[in-house]
Amino acid sequence: MKKVRAFIISFSAFSVLWFLYFPIVIIMWFSFNKDSVSSFPIAHYSMDWYVKLFHNQSMMQAVRVSFFIAISSTIAALIIGIPSAYALHKYNYFGKSLLLKIILLPITLPGIVTGVAMLSFFPMLGIPLSLEAVLIGHTTFLIAIMITQILARFKKLDPYLEMAAFDLGASPLQAFFKVILPNIKTAIIGAVLLSLVLSMDEIPVTFFLISRENTLPIEIYGMMRRGITPEVNAVATLVFLVSSTAIFMSLKFNKEQ
Amino acid sequence: MKKRSKYLLIFPLLLWLFLFLVLPYLFILTQSILATDDFGKVVYTLNFDSYIKIFTNPLYYETLTRTFIYAIIVALACIVLSLPLAYFIAFKVTKHKSFYYTLIVLPFWMSYIVRAYAWKIILGEQGVLNSFFMYSGVIKKPLSFILYSDFSVLLCLIYIFLPFVCIPIYTSFEQISKSLVEASKDLGANSWTTFRKIIFPLILPGVISGGTLALVLTLGDFLAASLLGGPNTLFISNIVQNLFGTSNDKPLGSAVGVVLLVLVFLLLEISSRYEKKHETQ
Repeated sequence: MKKVRAFIISFSAFSVLWFLYFPIVIIMWFSFNKDSVSSFPIAHYSMDWYVKLFHNQSMMQAVRVSFFIAISSTIAALIIGIPSAYALHKYNYFGKSLLLKIILLPITLPGIVTGVAMLSFFPMLGIPLSLEAVLIGHTTFLIAIMITQILARFKKLDPYLEMAAFDLGASPLQAFFKVILPNIKTAIIGAVLLSLVLSMDEIPVTFFLISRENTLPIEIYGMMRRGITPEVNAVATLVFLVSSTAIFMSLKFNKEQ
Repeated sequence: MKKRSKYLLIFPLLLWLFLFLVLPYLFILTQSILATDDFGKVVYTLNFDSYIKIFTNPLYYETLTRTFIYAIIVALACIVLSLPLAYFIAFKVTKHKSFYYTLIVLPFWMSYIVRAYAWKIILGEQGVLNSFFMYSGVIKKPLSFILYSDFSVLLCLIYIFLPFVCIPIYTSFEQISKSLVEASKDLGANSWTTFRKIIFPLILPGVISGGTLALVLTLGDFLAASLLGGPNTLFISNIVQNLFGTSNDKPLGSAVGVVLLVLVFLLLEISSRYEKKHETQ
């Protein structure tokens, strides 16, 4: 009886794990299929779709756009995020808890609402629908990731560390760059990796702010709407490999103290 | 000096959030009570027609209720699937626990579009599933109803949001002290009673917060329905998407968006109140 129950539990647990991973295995497997129809069984294996992918101009352009957006919005989020996380940890402000809630809005509220809100308002600031608008949109939700990740590390940091630096005659800037920054370095690297991955994957906000040039997920979205081409299998496999490596590293960096 | 740096450090953040987040949100609040002229251009006259339309035209309120029911189905399915997996990793796995944990965290960050695409090639008429069943002789003709239906959308949403539910449930399983479970068994309770009376109440906050996440995420999702849905599949977010796109009625689109926001705020508030209450007990 006990054995039966243990079996049922592990069986259902592994079924759920299988459910989580088998679609990804399918994509990877079928990316090597020579036929353009993703049917079972695979008759011939080839790397054709990968070759086609690298000759697809609009796809390659979308990859470049995505990298540009991801890197620049991550840098912008770092510039705004690190000083504010430090300040939010160190000082008390009037309305601080409200501010923390507002920072999180772009990741707690449905992306579509943030998207249409920005779509409606950005033109009034003189920002037309463009990659710049996408950049601002991405930076806004990456700030949330940056601040929560770095603030979490600050909370674990020894408060006497900075005081010790001051006692030993360090200026506030010296204390920050020589004592604080090295201690939160791994949290920053982790947050940067997560931000890059999130920006490369983002659709709801990008969807409404984009004009002519597509990011990679929007390009894939367009291809999917037009029909199935196995090139998507190939690009999906590559996206999966790159992003899971980044996530893996990010998890490692976040665990390190 | 100290006071100056206190405000200097936070100023760029405040400016950024005000310009690019708070003002846009306030703007759609305003836009939802404006009117349009004959060409669909927004004009600045006070007008509550959009809200009246949402609550009188069945297209809007029925879609809203249907989406809500679907969101509950997705949340419940995610909870049911998460329970055995989270329990297994928390209580049964002794070796390589962090490896198993990574297995449930990894899909959390994985590309949405890639995971939605996978279901398209699996469920399609000439897809992996149909061709597999035909190859093995279970069916003679491909089943055409599984892709491009409400079913395929729900399956995809369950698949995508499962890690969001599994992680908080796993965390609450992990916090239960093993001695509590042993004590219950020593006192003669069988496994089922132990689960019902000891374990389940302790993981309930995790279940609620994970379930709420799945609920909220489904309410805001327009991609799954537009990629995997049939001609009649319509979620509330697709209406917002259409109103800002082809239908071009921004006040009405904003009003639907505001209703969605209010709903999401309410759900998150209820769930966080519940969690707080449980923390203090």
